[in-house]
This record gives sequence, structure tokens and C-alpha cells, in this order.
Amino acid sequence: MAKLPKPEELAKIDFTPPKTGWMETPVVFKEGMFCHGSKPKSLQLVNFPNPRDWRPADVDWKLPENWKEIILEGIAERLEKYRSFRLFLDICVRCGACADKCHFFIGTGDPKNMPVLRAELIRSVYRKEFTLAGKIFGKMAGARELTVDVLKEWWYYFYQCTECRRCSVFCPYGIDQAEITMIGRELLNLLGLNIEWIAGPVSNCYMKGNHLGLEPHTIVGNLEYMLDDIETITGKRIKPTFNRKGAEILFVTPSGDLFADPGTYTCMGYLMLFEELGLDYTWSTYASEGGNFGFFTSNEMAKRLNSKIYAEAKRLGVKWILGGECGHMWRVLAQYMDTWNGPADFLEVPKSPVTGTVFENAKSTKMVHVAEFTADLIKNNKLKLDPRRNDHLKVTWHDSCNTSRGMGLLDEPRYVLKNVVKHFYEMPEDTIREKTFCCGSGTGLNASEDMDLRMKGGFPRANAVKFVAEHHGVNMLANVCAIDRATLKALMEYWVPSVNVCGLHELVANALIMTGEKERTTDLRGEPLPGIEAKEEKA
Amino acid sequence: MKAIISFIAVLALAAIAYAGVAMGNMQYLFGAVIPYLAVLVFIAGMIFRVLKWGSSPVPFRIPTTCGQQKSLPWIKHSKLENPSGVLGVMGRMALEVLLFRSLFRNLKTQLGEDKKLSYGEAKWLWAAGLAFHWSFLIILVRHLRFFTDPVPMAVKMAESLDSFLQIGTPLLYITDVVLLAAVLYLFLRRIGIPQLSYISLINDYFPLFLIFGIGLTGVLMRYFTKTDIVSVKMMAMNLVSFHPSIPQGIGVLFYIHLFLLSTLFAYFPFSKLVHMAGVFLSPTRVLANTSRVKRHINPWNYPVHVHTYEEYENDFRAKMKDAGLPVEKE
Repeated sequence: MAKLPKPEELAKIDFTPPKTGWMETPVVFKEGMFCHGSKPKSLQLVNFPNPRDWRPADVDWKLPENWKEIILEGIAERLEKYRSFRLFLDICVRCGACADKCHFFIGTGDPKNMPVLRAELIRSVYRKEFTLAGKIFGKMAGARELTVDVLKEWWYYFYQCTECRRCSVFCPYGIDQAEITMIGRELLNLLGLNIEWIAGPVSNCYMKGNHLGLEPHTIVGNLEYMLDDIETITGKRIKPTFNRKGAEILFVTPSGDLFADPGTYTCMGYLMLFEELGLDYTWSTYASEGGNFGFFTSNEMAKRLNSKIYAEAKRLGVKWILGGECGHMWRVLAQYMDTWNGPADFLEVPKSPVTGTVFENAKSTKMVHVAEFTADLIKNNKLKLDPRRNDHLKVTWHDSCNTSRGMGLLDEPRYVLKNVVKHFYEMPEDTIREKTFCCGSGTGLNASEDMDLRMKGGFPRANAVKFVAEHHGVNMLANVCAIDRATLKALMEYWVPSVNVCGLHELVANALIMTGEKERTTDLRGEPLPGIEAKEEKA
Repeated sequence: MKAIISFIAVLALAAIAYAGVAMGNMQYLFGAVIPYLAVLVFIAGMIFRVLKWGSSPVPFRIPTTCGQQKSLPWIKHSKLENPSGVLGVMGRMALEVLLFRSLFRNLKTQLGEDKKLSYGEAKWLWAAGLAFHWSFLIILVRHLRFFTDPVPMAVKMAESLDSFLQIGTPLLYITDVVLLAAVLYLFLRRIGIPQLSYISLINDYFPLFLIFGIGLTGVLMRYFTKTDIVSVKMMAMNLVSFHPSIPQGIGVLFYIHLFLLSTLFAYFPFSKLVHMAGVFLSPTRVLANTSRVKRHINPWNYPVHVHTYEEYENDFRAKMKDAGLPVEKE
């Protein structure tokens, strides 16, 4: 792997378009800007086409002979299936409003990362093959032939889009590059052109229930480690249950929370909160993944992975489902799950057993976001909180793309946050809420071989964090997304090393006064609590 | 280059009309046959377009949410930016279509020497877009006076409001100036901003020149060459009553104006200009954010292969038992 350039170097971004027109500018695969190709085994496990060893940088991609036919038929099929696709290919006026809204364009200056041009990559082929004007006037009408080079260009740039939908907020017609990218990737998958960082987790999730491939005993074991830590910190031993029939609530969270810090701290936060509430809930090792890398592959694959959540809720006979902190997981749960795998008529409308609040907004999906759940608890004074325990933290809030622009979960986490920390500072307004910037590593691009891409794509986010770090001394970037927790950590280390990353419920659990707990001396990370050192010195 | 081709194309269109009328005496062709055909193509083309879009279903409820969702009753819901029902969607669409809400958000992202990003106001595109579309609409409405007798109140009002500055004879219409200025701005912007000119196609320049040409010929007729309005009105009335006739004394400029307009009508359904209808079908804007409240149905939803719990337990039964996890089959 090429060495990652220094931040000062990476921030030198050239926005001058090439001298040659974009159709005449061939794609160049730059190291650090793309991921490894999918391995045959990962595709075979889920019966995906064309499993073979291949490398994106190779000239020969070992495509099936009739690859062009497959793609064109694939486009035709999807034009029939998705109004969004057909419409978005037809109505763009190339006003350019989306151009400098994309974090990948801002971070790379590459014009093919402007959402409008990324869409034109596929639109040009659509014109050539599916419109009269394109057939007659060809290049004059912005049409071009589908060739292997075009296919490679698609692959390179559809895996330089994180489906964050920021462009769609600014588009006067709501054209959503996420739709184009999703369908573009789906087409590429017809030829076995996935990346291993997505294909691997997909096959893991299919066979083992979660992206990381944690087997049932490992899940239990990983949680045991956290329970040990919780006992050290609070003096309380928590005994969560797994795969328990008859529990009231099934809890599903991204497997990233079970695996590595800082996600594990968030996970400890859930465990402590639910224990304090005496919640009748269970974990599942079968439906042990809230996230859905299938969503970055194809609609069908996403549905296959998602099916486990309702199936498990049904098997266990729970009343409703509580979902952990995650971004794309919630786009899927909010906008897709019920349509794919519903109706969940075997479940009840979620009702908080603690406050009695009925979550009418999840009446059909029967699944509540833990930030909604906790906000309701705090509003109803059901938690004893000591926000001073977070006084060593100056926190800013990162809105995750999917919960913001595919759901609208904006003020629930902020309400929770303001009740558990005393020092909270918003980033500049054009970089938060519906205008939030992606971490730069979503949609399965959080691999290690594409660090250049990730650091460039995350540049706008990091830049806004740097602003509050410099102006308010912010040292903690909180969020409700497992991918964020994994990727923002690397992003901060690179761009703003003074800032750390955490989930919302880590902060909740820090502040949460649990019944019968011992006097805490550290936070969940084992760092001394503010005031403790001074106290100890006195004694 | 693409701009020049478009410019030449529009000039050529004007030349065709000029040649046809001034030299070929084909007034009937340019004054009746082509306009009829153009309107026919426009109507049929737009219906075809809309039906075509409509024939593809909306499998998923995918609004782009631009504000707080409706969740807990004490959290302020952003009714227009994240609508939870039909009324909200109507409000959102009204803002979008009448005031270009999304374009109003536009920002200019800039990277400073200090490697800091800033997001400046960038309302010019919004302002020019709005000015362009609204003045075009008002001009169209004003033109209804040629097609109606008596002229409806609304049209008269549009005329008098549009000329309230009371400048010159005939009175200057504000929209005439605004339209030409806005088109000019949109053109200059397109060639002036490197990224924008990089993505621009002939299809982007051509309608700008075409509309500029239509506006310019209209302005020339009204303020400079003094067209015989009585004859034009007679011709228009005959056209709409399907008794086309060609009165004498209408200058060639009028036929150029009409031919460019006919071209615009015929070109419309096959171009990006279909955004006029398309925006009303855009799934990210016209759907309420209700997918958690009410199940959205995908007409082509089909059963898929899944890895069942039973298969999972079969794979891991021993390990599950060792870890103390309950199993269905011992």
C-alpha cells in the first residue's frame, strides 16, 4: 500500500478540471483510492455471479463473455422497476448545485466526483441505448457506448460514493445520487464486481448473523469482557440474556459495537442502561447485526440479510424491537425493512415499559431507535443522571447521513446529549443536521487499502470538527453510528488528533447513576473521572 | 465549442424560418402547419413521458428528509422539510415548485489558503432560476391575450402589473428584461464556472439560446419593429379555433419568433426540460416520511433465499450449547 501523504499534502486540492472532456479522459486507478476486489468465496456463499480471483488494477477483469448484454438488460430491468432511476436519468438539468456538496468532490477535486457527473457516467450509456436522441445524435446528445473502460469508470466512481444523499438535499428535483450509486453497484454485482470489504461482511452476515463473522459463543464472550469492565467500574455484575424466548423486547445493534472500541463503550452503555431500567429484553446471536452491507450490494441481498430481524422477533415471541445506534442500519429499517419483510403483524406497537409511551411513529415497523427510547426516558425523569461525570469532555455532535437524510433523527440524540454532558458545541450550521457531512467511509468503503480516499472524503467533516476544536476546545466527537465510531476515529487521528470519538450511550452510561453502584472513579474507558484525582490527592 | 454549436443551431433555425417565409413564401407552413405539429408533439410527448415514468413503480418510500422527523410529541416536528402526511408533502412541493426551496439552500464551498473550508451564501443561481421561470410563465400568460376574446381579467392584470413602471411606448414589460437578463446570466454562469462548463452538453446550451432567441425576437417586435398586432391576434384566434389563416402584413420576424417557439415545444419532451413535469414525480420529494407508520408496498417484492434460524442452529449447535445458549433442538 502506498504511504498516506501528510495532511498538509492531502489538503492541497486542485479543482481545475482536466483539459480533455470527461468522456475523453480515461479513468486512472490511483492506489489508495479503491478497495480490493471481492474474493470468489465471498460471492459463492451467497450465490452471486462470476466468482473468481480478480484485481481491480488488472487489465483483464475476467468478465463473462456476454457482460455487455447482462448490463444492458440489467439497466432495462431496473428502469422498469424503479421510477427514481428512470426519472433521475431523465430530468437532470446539470445546474451544478450538487457539485460542491459532495464530500468526495470537495476532498479530491476530481470532477467525476461531482454527483451530477457521477450520474452522467451511467446517464450517457442510458442515452445511447435507451433514448431516441442518443441513438441518433450520439455524442452530440451526451451519449456514449458502453465499453470495458466505461465499466471500469463506473466501478471506480460508484465505489467513491457513500450514498450519503447530501446532494439530494440541494438538488431542485431531489435527484439522489444514492439511488444511482445503489443501482450502479447492483449492475456491477451482476458481473461479480464487488469489493471484498463489502462481499466478505455480506457472506459473514448471511452465514453467521453479523458482518464481523462473530460466532454465537464469541458474541457471548465479547459481551462477557464488557461485563467484567462494567463490574470493575460500577461494582455491578450484569447478566444479559441471549436468544431468550418470551422476552418483551429484542435488541439489535450493529456488530461493530461488540467488537472494537470505541463501539464497545457504546455497547457497555446499552448494557448498563437496560440493566438499570430492569428491561425485559434479549440479545440474539442469529439476528446479531443491525447494519446491512447487503444494502451496498443489491436490493435482494439487503432483503436477505434484513429478513433475520423479523424472523428472530417472531421466533422468540417478543413484543417489539429496539435498535442500537447506527446510521445506514436505520435507513434500511426506516425506509426498507417493512416493505421487504413486513408486515410485522406478530409484533405489538412499541410501548416503553418504563414510561408507558407508545411509539406511534414506529407503529408499523415495530422498531424503535435507542435514541428515541432514551430521549423519552429522560423527558419522563426516569433516569438519575450526573452529567458532571462527563465534564472532562467537550462534545460536538456528528449527525449520521442516513439517520439525518433518510429518517430525520436530529433532535432526539441532541436532547439526550444535552442531558448527559454539560459542554456541548455544534459544528458550523452548514455541516450538521440535513446538511451533515459523511465520515467519508460509509457504504462499505471503510477498508484499510483505500485510506487516501477515506481521508479525502472525510476532509469536510474533519474540517468542521477542527473548527470547534480550535474555537471551543472540543475533544469528543459523538454520534449514533457504528461505522462512524470505527471510521471517524481514524479520520480524527489523521486530521484532528486532539479529538476522540464516542457513541451517544457511552456518554449516557457515564452519567447514569445506577442503583447500588459503587462510587465511580473512572469513566467507561477507564479514564479518571473529573475531580477524582484532586479528591485522591487531598485524601 | 458546445455553446458555439448550439448558437449556430439556433441561428440556423432562424435562417430557415427567414428563408421559408421571406424567400419561399411558406407562411402557411410556418404559421400553421409547424405550430400545430409542434403543439401536438409537445402534448403527445409529455403524456408519453409522464406515462412512462408512471409505469415504473415506486418500490420504496425514500423521501430525502431535510428536517426533524415526527417522533415524540414534545419534539418539534419539521412539517415541511420532513412531511408526515399529504398536507406536508403538498406544502413541501409548493415551496419546491413555486419558490425553488432546495436551490435556495445552495452554498458555495470554498477551500481557503489556510486549508479551511467555508460555506458562503450562493443565492444567484436560485435568484436567476426563479426570475427566469417566473418571467417565462408571466410572459406566457400575457400572450393569452392573443388567443382570447374577450381577454380574461387575469391576463389583463398580468399585463398591467408587468408594465407598472410605465416606461416608454409601448409600455415596457419588466418580465421581458428579466427573462433576457436571467437567460444571459445562466449562460454566462455555464461557460464561466469551470466545473459547470466541464459537465455542460449541447443539450444544456441549446435551450438557452433558443429561449433567448424567442425572447429577443419578441422584444424586437414589440419595441422596435412594431408588428401589426391586430393581424397577429386574428391569426392566433384562427389557429386556436382550428380555422388557420394567414393574414397579410405580418413581418418575417414574427415567423422567426413562432418557429423558434415551435422548435422549443417540439424539443421539450425529448430534453432535460421535462423536469417541469418530472419534479412532480420525484420520489425523494413527493413522498411523506411514513414508512415506519404504515407499510409501503412494493409491487414487485418477491421471496428471497434466506439463511434460516434452523440452518444457523444446525451450523453452530455445539458451540451454542457450550456457551450456554438455548437451542431449539438438542
